[in-house]
Parts: sequence; C-alpha cells; structure tokens
Amino acid sequence: MSELQVQIDGKEVTATAGATILDAARSVGIAIPTLCHHKQLEPYGGCRVCTVEVDSRGRTSVVAACIYPVEPGLVVRTRTRKLERIRKSVVEMMLAHAPDSEPLLELAREYGADRDRFDKEASFCIHCGLCVRYCAEVKKKHALGFIDRGARKEINFVPEIATKECWECKECFPLCPTSALQAAFVLSKALASVES
Amino acid sequence: MSRIHSSAELDALRQNLLSTRDPAKPCITLCSGSACQATHCREVAAALEQEMEQQGLTDQVHFRKTGCHGFCEKGPILIIYPEGICYLQVKPEDIPEIISHSLLEKKIVERLVYVDPNTGDKVTHEADIPFYKNQQRLVLGANTRIDPKSLEDYLAVGGYRALTKALFEMTPEQVVGEVKAAGLRGRGGGGFPAGLKWEAARNAPGDIKYVIVNCDEGDPGAYMDRSLMEGNPFSVLEGLLIGAYAIGAHEGYIYVRQEYPLAVENVTSAISTAEEFGLLGKDILGSGYDFIIKVHKGAGAFVCGEETALIHSLEGKVGEPKARPPYPAVRGLWDRPTNINNVETWANVPLIINNGAAAFTAIGTEGSKGTKIFSLVGKVNNTGLVEVPMGVTLRDIVYKVGGGIPGDKKFKAVQTGGPAGGCMPESLLDMAVDFDQLTKAGSMMGSGGMIVLDEETCMVDFARYFLGFLADESCGKCVPCREGIKQMLKILTGITKGKGKPGDVELLEELSEVANNAALCALGKGAPNPVLSTIRHFRDEYDAHITHGKCPALSCKELISFYIVPEKCQACMSCRKQCPAEAIDGGKNLVHVILQEKCTKCGSCLDACPARFGAVKKISGEPIPAPLPEEARTVVRKSKSL
Repeated sequence: MSELQVQIDGKEVTATAGATILDAARSVGIAIPTLCHHKQLEPYGGCRVCTVEVDSRGRTSVVAACIYPVEPGLVVRTRTRKLERIRKSVVEMMLAHAPDSEPLLELAREYGADRDRFDKEASFCIHCGLCVRYCAEVKKKHALGFIDRGARKEINFVPEIATKECWECKECFPLCPTSALQAAFVLSKALASVES
Repeated sequence: MSRIHSSAELDALRQNLLSTRDPAKPCITLCSGSACQATHCREVAAALEQEMEQQGLTDQVHFRKTGCHGFCEKGPILIIYPEGICYLQVKPEDIPEIISHSLLEKKIVERLVYVDPNTGDKVTHEADIPFYKNQQRLVLGANTRIDPKSLEDYLAVGGYRALTKALFEMTPEQVVGEVKAAGLRGRGGGGFPAGLKWEAARNAPGDIKYVIVNCDEGDPGAYMDRSLMEGNPFSVLEGLLIGAYAIGAHEGYIYVRQEYPLAVENVTSAISTAEEFGLLGKDILGSGYDFIIKVHKGAGAFVCGEETALIHSLEGKVGEPKARPPYPAVRGLWDRPTNINNVETWANVPLIINNGAAAFTAIGTEGSKGTKIFSLVGKVNNTGLVEVPMGVTLRDIVYKVGGGIPGDKKFKAVQTGGPAGGCMPESLLDMAVDFDQLTKAGSMMGSGGMIVLDEETCMVDFARYFLGFLADESCGKCVPCREGIKQMLKILTGITKGKGKPGDVELLEELSEVANNAALCALGKGAPNPVLSTIRHFRDEYDAHITHGKCPALSCKELISFYIVPEKCQACMSCRKQCPAEAIDGGKNLVHVILQEKCTKCGSCLDACPARFGAVKKISGEPIPAPLPEEARTVVRKSKSL
C-alpha cells in the first residue's frame, strides 16, 4: 500500500492510502470521538460525532472522519468551535433517547451538552447500528435488522433466527452504547412472542 | 420497418418517412399524459375515435395521442393540423362539434379556444398563447408532435441523428469534450457539470461500467421528468446511449418510480422498439457498439433520488445513502464506475450533439447553460410545465408565463428547489434564475419545482409542511437528519399552534447549522433551507406568531378566529345553515353570533356569507369582540333605496 501525507490539527501525518481520517488521526494519538464506529465493522457514518473539518481541492467542508478516505495534501481540523457546536447538538439529540447512556454522558461532559435540552423520548436506541451490523458482518447471522425509516426506524430481531442463534451468542449486547437495554428488551420481546 | 443496419439505412428510412407523410393531411393530436388522464383525455380520445369512425374519417384523418404539452391547467389540449387550431379543456361532448365544425368546415369553435384573461383576446394557435410564447421549448417541445410509442414519429422530428453523429463521426472522448464544452449541469438537483462526471467515469479504471437514468422524481408538485419519460422516451434513450458510448458502458438502467405507470409503460415500449430496430442491443446501427437498457421500478422513497441511495436500491439493498467519496463515477453500482444523471439531463444530450456545444452555450447565463424545465404550480394562473432559458427572471416566469396570481390576491413568495429548496420574496422577483443565483438566494435549482405562494400562505406553516415531508422521507441513518429534522418540525409545529417560545428561531438556526454541515447526504444537508430561507425573508411572520400569537396570513388554525361583524350582518341565515358544527347562534332578523367554544374554524361561514354583506371576518392576534347582548341583536335593515 502506498503512503501519503496529510495534515491533522497542524501535525504532518503519514497515512496509508485507503485509510480513513479516523485511522490516520488515531495512528498519531489524535483523539476523535466516535459512537457508531467499530474496528471490526465497515465504516457507517451514522452518529456524526466524529465530524471534522477538511480542506480538500480548495474547498472546506465538514465530513465524518470514520468514513472519509485520506487523500494527498488533505488538511484536517478535529477541534473547532463549529465542530464543538455540532458534536454538542448531536449528543443532545441522542440523549433525548438514551438519557442515561454512559458513553453519551461522557461526550456530554466533554462538549458541554445539556442532557435535558430536548424533550425525552426514551427509546434507548440511538440507531448506531452496531448490533445490526455486527450480527450481519461478523457473525453473518442477520438475526436483527432495522425496520421502517426516518424517526420511526427501529431495531428488531427476526424471531425465527433469534430463537436459534441469540441465546448462545449475545455478542451484540456489550456493543450497545445505551447499556444494551434496547437489545435485551427487544430480544426478550421477540422471543416471548415466538414462545407464545 | 425492420432492423436498421447502418447510419445510411437510418437516413434512408427517415427520408422515406418524411416523403410519405403528407403535410396537408389533417391530423388531430390530443395530449395524453398523466395530468390529462386525470382530466379525462381517454374519454375524449374514445369519443374522437368513435366520431371519426361514424363519419368515415378514420383513413382520411390521422389521430395521434401525444405526451404532455405542459399547459396542464387547460388540459386536455386538442390540436388540429395543418392549421394548428388549438382547443383547450376539451370534453367528450365537444368532439362532434370539433369534427363537423372545425375539421370539416374549417371554422373555429370559439368557446374552446384560449381567451387571454387580461385582454379578452382569443388565441387560436397554441404557440401564440402567452404561456407558450414566452418559453423556449427545446427539450419539451417535441412532446406536442410525437406519439411516445412511435419510433417513426421520433425519427420524423430528427430523432437518432445525434446518435449516428456520435457513433460514426465522433470518438468517445470527443463526445465527452462536447458535453463538457456545453457546460451542461445536472438537472436533478445538484447542478454538477455532467461532462466532468462523464469524464471521471470514463477515466475510472474498470472494464465494466454502468449508466443510470434517475427518474425517481419525488419533489411534491414536480413532474417534468415524468412528462419527458411519458412524452418522449426515445429522447432519453438516445441521450443515455450517447452517454454510455462516451463513458464506455454497455449496460444502462432506468430507475423510475412505480407511481409513474405511464412512464414505465412508454419507456418499456420504447426500449423494446429500439431493440427491434437495432437501436439497442448488439452492434447498434452496425457500429460494433453494444448497449442494453433495463428498467427498474423504485418503490417510491424520496431519498432514492439521491444517487448513492438509488444505487443501493438498484442493488436490492435498503435505499440509504452512503458517504462520498468514493463517488459513483469511481465506485458505483456493484462497485463499478457508474454515471448517473437525471432524465432531463439525458434528454439534453442529443441537442448538444446535434447542434454543438456553441449553440447550447449561446443560451443561458455565465454559469448555467441551456434551458430548464420548471413545474410551475401553486397560486398561479397558468400551472404547468414551463421551459425557459436559464437566466429568465422569476417575475417573467410567474407573470408572463404563469399569468400572475389568481383572484386578485397578492404575490408573496416563490419556492424553488423542492423540499430542500427555499422561498424567495417579492424583492427577489427580478433575480435571474440559474443554478448559482438560486443558491446565493438561499434556495436551489433542485429538479425544477416552482411553487407560487400568495398572501394567504403562512410562511412558518409552509416551512413546517416541507419539514414534515422530509421527516417522513429521511432514511434515518444519520443523527443530524433523523433527529434534527424531527426537532425542527416539533419547534415549527409549536409555533404554528401558538406555542412558540422566545429562542425558538435561534434554536432552529442552530439545528439548521448541524444538519446542513453534518448530515450524510443532500436530503439532510438541504433540509434546513425551507426554515432558513423563510427566517431570512419572513422573520416578521415568525415573530408575530411567537410574540403576539398572531398568524399574519390568517392561516394557522390555532391562531385565528372567525367573527361576525354585527353592523354588517343581515341575518340571512346563510352561514348558520352551512356551519357543520352548529356553532352559529341567531335567527330571522337576529344578528348571528359565532359560538367560539363550538367553532372548528373550518371557514364555511366566511365562504357562505354573501359578498355584498361581507360580515364574517377572520382575525388573528387580537381579542374577539364580545357578542352583542341578546336584546340588542335585532337587525336594522338597510333601506332598499340605498
């Protein structure tokens, strides 16, 4: 793999072609927050807390570090006022769904996010898709997936598969940034409905 | 006709067609697009066919069902050639008179011709109607002259000339160069230069490449792509084929909404006809070049108009967008280099190849070349499809082509660019319409939706409507779009219900910044536009709602009341009879009073009150005057001599 030079927060970084901004930043110890990212999974770009600012081909834009591939001469800023505002709002909107999620509260402390900014809709799920993607990409079982779209979208187990696969596995539970509540809840509901 | 093996055979066929067609032979055309099907063009066609048969005219008169002419306000449109007499809003019962009076006796059926509402002048030829006179219909124009299913008709208007030119006189690089030089920008929303996209796909490594027609038109009120696909599918196929040749693709897809059954039918028919005659498939026109097209019906998700979501959907996956780069030109359908353009963009390609880039760039503005089709809808006299050169002012579109605002109402704004577009107030009416000017004004070209609003539209409620649409259509993958739009919609709904709080506008602006910057795709990034553009140009309406509980347009139900002015009420009982909620107190000779606690604010009383009394008033942001004491309600009648 060929190597290329990028600049992150003023620091010259050598990165492998094909790597993401997140990979490049972490390789030199620059921290970028993430929620929906997982090293075993394909980058997703859903939660947007890893939002960074880039200068590329004469244009400045805001992109997700977890999914944006490095390119020669790319200039990246991981901490600006604008990015802090974006991360703060994004965390606040997710906290409306999972007000007691430890990873979210930790981000809230870092970015000054107000846990109670938006009316609570405690659905627990923040749609990071870690459980769905892990089951599909790593376990290749597809025991759960998203249904519906937009704000109505939710994760759901497929009872026929879940009854066979999930009790022995449950590897998705610890991945859930909202304390696995939703996963456990939905799973038990799905299983209960099959048994009844 | 049979399979055509060479460019020379195609030319010979075209010459033969033109020489056997007698221009003096009477021909009746009837527009038969989806819009006119809604106004019963099929019944008109049946009546016409029956009448012609009864009169023994079937062999003497040619009858052609065409695609959409654009003047949908007045459809179905029937035209008699060679005179070119144009009849509007034709009904089946008009047919006998049209045949006997107009076709046979060559007289005009006066009641069916266009009457200019401003001058009262009658106009008998379609091209002289102001709606058409002020357009430049380079792409849409052929719709009026051809039967969408007839390859002969398409050849007769010069169809497939551009293809032979591209295949036999130009290298693929030259074709790309011509489109680049023409400065053709994508008509689907983004406005990205098509030539650059083609070049990127051509240069991308890989043997297998794809081209796609994006006909997932989803903006509320927009239907130009549907009309092109329904009315002139061969022009889209020709454009696509030229693009495929330029890029080096041998397989193309047409992604069309399944809610467009006529478009699906006509393009499917056009594809099989083109295959039959050697204009698709192996060794096209003997050039050695192969190309096939498949039609894919989309299930109707707005977000699938976004190119990466469309590609996912085409692959059989959930229609969710993915981050770019990599762009589809490098990694698109099944990870192969893919070029995707919208219907109107493809339909412009034959024009560019036929007439050259210079002719194309002679039309339009510095940064936007050629024409653009808009679907002009809303509070405007002439709703329909409008094709104008880039750079025409909004005022010309709304007033010259659109005929102004109906019912003596005042113009308020025009919304362009679909749900993620913005609203432009009266002060921007003289703006030249092109990609860059619209973006500068906080809106966008989008696919060309244009909704005219009059003084009765509440701008906060209008923004709320579009956010509601986007909340429904968001795929839900990224937080700024899924959650941000939901929160913005909540705030806007609150404001329209009188529950707005100080700081709401600032919060809307903050959430807009987040969605605009951090959302994954153009749906989320554009979602704040309706909010920001209305805040920018109509901030006073937001403030009136929030601070004074007043809807200046008298439109938000929760903020308005109906009230009967006692001095004007003549106790005619009209409103009382119409009120579905039995919320009007009163009787013969007794001034009527609206019982506010029962009133559902449906507005029936306002409609029912005779204009000469004008006693019912809609009010907002002010207290409702107390009703007259019961003993004072007897009506004092005006003397008849007054």
